[in-house]
Amino acid sequence: MPAVTGIKDATAIVGIGQTSFAKHLPEDERTLACRAVLAALDDAGIAPGEVDALASYTMEETDEVELAKAVGFGDLTFFSKIGFGGGGSCATVAHLAAAIAAGQATVGVAWRSRKRGSGPRPWTNTAVQLPTPAQWTRPFGLLRPADEIAMLARRYLHEYGATRDHLFNVALACRNRANQNPAAVMYERPLTREMYMSSRWISEPLCLYDNCLETDGALACVIVSSERARDCRRAPVYVHSAAQGLPAQHHGMVNYWNDDPLTGPAWAAARHLWKHADITPSDVDVAQIYDAFTPLVPLSLEGYGFCGRGEGGAFTEGGALETGGRLPLNTGGGGLSEAYVHGFNLINEGVKQLRGTSTAQVPGAATCLVTAGEGVPTSALLLRN
Amino acid sequence: MLTPVTDADGAPFWRYAAQGELRVQACTDCGEPRFPPRPCCPHCQSFASEWRRMSGRGRIWSYVVPHPPLLPDYAAQAPYNVILVELAEAPRIRMVGNLVSGPGAPLNSLSPDRVRIGARVQVVFDGDGLPQWVLERP
Ligand SMILES: [Zn+2]
Repeated sequence: MPAVTGIKDATAIVGIGQTSFAKHLPEDERTLACRAVLAALDDAGIAPGEVDALASYTMEETDEVELAKAVGFGDLTFFSKIGFGGGGSCATVAHLAAAIAAGQATVGVAWRSRKRGSGPRPWTNTAVQLPTPAQWTRPFGLLRPADEIAMLARRYLHEYGATRDHLFNVALACRNRANQNPAAVMYERPLTREMYMSSRWISEPLCLYDNCLETDGALACVIVSSERARDCRRAPVYVHSAAQGLPAQHHGMVNYWNDDPLTGPAWAAARHLWKHADITPSDVDVAQIYDAFTPLVPLSLEGYGFCGRGEGGAFTEGGALETGGRLPLNTGGGGLSEAYVHGFNLINEGVKQLRGTSTAQVPGAATCLVTAGEGVPTSALLLRN
Repeated sequence: MLTPVTDADGAPFWRYAAQGELRVQACTDCGEPRFPPRPCCPHCQSFASEWRRMSGRGRIWSYVVPHPPLLPDYAAQAPYNVILVELAEAPRIRMVGNLVSGPGAPLNSLSPDRVRIGARVQVVFDGDGLPQWVLERP
């Protein structure tokens, strides 16, 4: 028997699929999930009956039984759900890669379907303080994810002299890329500095444009062994390295009780991610960094090692995140301007870049970092072609 | 307003708060304070704990000013401040609260421009036993 060598390049993403993205789609989440999964399988040239592994988020409404029954999967031998909202995106692929590399399955599908645009926001679902850990935050009016992250953002700006212009650089890079992407919710809707600086506050110091979209939509991707990938319709995009991250003394969304609240789960994920990779941050051609809120980007740039502590704001200067910059960011428009589907669009955009089919293609892109939500137990992928 | 819905670990904090005392869970074996409360000490894994009285003094570590859309009771007071206080005796224990003009005052009783990182604050309690914070030097 060959020795187990880990997941490095052992699997590849061979199919991606998505529905349209909009503030309101008429179909329900289950129907959208089926459409995205079938589109991804069609892209891969793999029949639904061959799928034997599934992974999604614990917050996914369409469960494995419903999806398998509707789409016509065969016997499933591996299925997994990852917790913590947007922190789960990359882990769906990571779990399937590990399962396939370990021989527990052969064809995996990861997916996310969500009606955040037309459905209720999670924090409005309550007339009482729920869940239990919120007893330390919600009674005081720290109600929404935007409020929770704004607390870290205010300290970040104070501690390192970062500015709202740095946050604007993040929002602008995402919007500029969305303006090139006909599938993006913010296609043909340019953003200016004046619009940003004069927009309404959501939770000071975060304004409207520091917050992700509210979107209906679904996405999926298909993972197989690298050996199998060579026979697929599309050029394989290899899962080079993958990690989850939950650092010591973390508290989801309100990482305030660490020794160092400005180093979050990204740091924990990054240590494992780079340890098992043949490349370093300076070898990354393009990045898809989870952007539910703009401050997550400078925090992640630091966590994943693209710059030092406190340098994430300055890193965004001089068009660094734009096409042709030092690290082109969120080339489909990201959660801020393409669609907010808990970060799954970042995975598929990473695949498009390495296939050479992005609407904001980075010439010759051969490596892409994709990250999941910072501020919650997270995950990340290094993809290569 | 949302009142704290607590659990077995958190209940003592709120019982003491209702008596006007700010107390923090601490390990009776290694002495380390911990927050939020939990069954077991992350430093020495002991299940023995006590509730240690704090002076109620601290400094503002960060703050936010939420604006609507918010839950209705909060929207009615917005914009208001929410602060994060580092306790003087245990700097790594940071508590979420509101900086107000006096005990029982509404969330928006102090203008947000009075709030700054590093300001010294003192705990007070409203009529329902919710900790609030006032400026040490108003
Ligand atoms: Zn102890």
